[in-house]
Amino acid sequence: MANTFTITADPSGTRLQPGPQGARPRKVLSPRNIIVYGTLTVAALYYLVPLYVMVVTSLKGMPEIRLGNIFSPPMEITFEPWVKAWAQACTGLNCDGLSRGFWNSVQITVPSVLLSIAIASVNGYALANWRFKGSEIFFTILIVGAFIPYQVMIYPIVIVLREIGLYGTLYGLILVHSIFGMPIQTLLFRNYFVSLPEELFKAARIDGAGFWQIYFRIMLPMSLPIFVVSMILQTTGIWNDFLFGVVFTRPDTYPMTVQLNNIVNSVQGVKEYNVNMAATLLTGAVPLIVYFVSGRLFVRGIAAGAVKG
Amino acid sequence: MAAHTQPGRPNQLFRNLNSKVASIPMILTAVVIFLGGTIWTVTYSFTNSRLLPRLSFVGLDQYERLWDTPRWVVSIQNLATYGCLSLIFSLTIGFILAALMDQKIRFENTFRTIFLYPFALSFIVTGLVWQWILNPEFGVQSVVRSLGWTSFTFDPLYNSDIVIYGILLAALWQGTGLVMCLMLAGLRGIDEDIWKAARVDGIPMWKTYLFIIIPMMRPVFITTLVLITSGIVRVYDLVVAQTSGGPGISSDVPAKYVYDYMFFAQNLGQGFAASSMMLLTVAIIIVPWAYLEFGGRKRRG
Repeated sequence: MANTFTITADPSGTRLQPGPQGARPRKVLSPRNIIVYGTLTVAALYYLVPLYVMVVTSLKGMPEIRLGNIFSPPMEITFEPWVKAWAQACTGLNCDGLSRGFWNSVQITVPSVLLSIAIASVNGYALANWRFKGSEIFFTILIVGAFIPYQVMIYPIVIVLREIGLYGTLYGLILVHSIFGMPIQTLLFRNYFVSLPEELFKAARIDGAGFWQIYFRIMLPMSLPIFVVSMILQTTGIWNDFLFGVVFTRPDTYPMTVQLNNIVNSVQGVKEYNVNMAATLLTGAVPLIVYFVSGRLFVRGIAAGAVKG
Repeated sequence: MAAHTQPGRPNQLFRNLNSKVASIPMILTAVVIFLGGTIWTVTYSFTNSRLLPRLSFVGLDQYERLWDTPRWVVSIQNLATYGCLSLIFSLTIGFILAALMDQKIRFENTFRTIFLYPFALSFIVTGLVWQWILNPEFGVQSVVRSLGWTSFTFDPLYNSDIVIYGILLAALWQGTGLVMCLMLAGLRGIDEDIWKAARVDGIPMWKTYLFIIIPMMRPVFITTLVLITSGIVRVYDLVVAQTSGGPGISSDVPAKYVYDYMFFAQNLGQGFAASSMMLLTVAIIIVPWAYLEFGGRKRRG
């Protein structure tokens, strides 16, 4: 009210300072603000320090690391550790660096993400729009299965993969990732498709569209955001996996995380901490880039996957 | 399709056929892998399989041997300590951070980005970074010592009594951002009028949080609890990367025990028994929750 009054009372159009209205402006340095921002800043430091230490260490030479402390910025910046981590670091007999693990991880992650999203989106669509007798039971088993420790199911899967001849290959690992990504992804897609207006689906049915036609022509174009969210989740999840990588692949097809662990925690040789940190950063780079680029979508993804709906 | 929906057609199997065909991967995963695999492992945990799975039943022998193994007892103790502390701290820290973020602050996005980025990193990366920071020769300990406090000791990863706290430190760094995000979503879901009413009644802010807001956020707390717990039982990569279970066996966890017995010690029976114990632990937590959750859903819908 006060606002409209001041504006109408000022026919010249220039905005004069309106009278006091709304909440009293807070003082910048109130005790409350100091506590809130102080605590948040301290917490932020705890979260940021490891990243800082990683970057700083990876840019130092070994002599400087031995002398100085881990928090001091590098006196002389060198990119040699990065080159070494990428191209020369040794695991066992191989000395071709993390690059091999990187390409293995790419070869694992890309098909796994595509396959698991394809399967999960169709699952979610069937569960949301084409329920059949028993579909909810299978879905419940799937969701409960998400909580079963992987260790319980690993050995039977090893046997199954050995029987069909995929044990130790990248295809086997891709299959395993698609299987274990299914519960959360299916839940994500199901909840999304349920939230779409049912009239759309019904109208398409009346027009004579079938299962796949509705999926490709109506559901897919409408659900791009959820595909992006799910892609973000799966990419970081599969890239970061360690357990399945170590169980289902052989040394020459190890994903990046497994190779990184072998490089850093190998017992022989002189420990080169700068190379180790460069390697660690290289491995963390992909999910970090995905995270920083995707921003709010990442948050939305974990919230949707975690808090049902 | 339409013909099948008419009443009087008994052919149930072909009804909705496309949907059933499309769901085959899901059905196979649910039934064969999740259900079948679990039953298989539990069944074989009652056998004396060593190098290869064999169906010669020995009753509860494997479980007795399991609980007689000091390494298993250590790993269970570790899991209990780590689990309890991790739950308490991540819920507390997560909630406090969320409550602070909910004060209509500036730079909310920046803070959120900072708190959550470790969650995007793998446990391997997390473990290796904290291994480096906690390195007594170069890390925090040496830095504090070089500042003049020469007797300062902080080497959790090399002291078997406190190694699990070193792992906890790293785990909290990685996971509290997620808890904060979930809690923040919960806080945002609370009606603004509740706050106004509390303010009108002159209830101090901390009391409003403790006695009104937290009880209202019970579902969020339960979901978070279930999520964190199932993550805790699985903890494996972090320990492998940070300490490899050392010094000695002092930071061993059940998941690592299972893996080592299945793939290195060639003692499958022990591995199956240990993994069945993990399953039991999860079941004790999940079943009551699932009962509440799904029971509630039925009543609603």
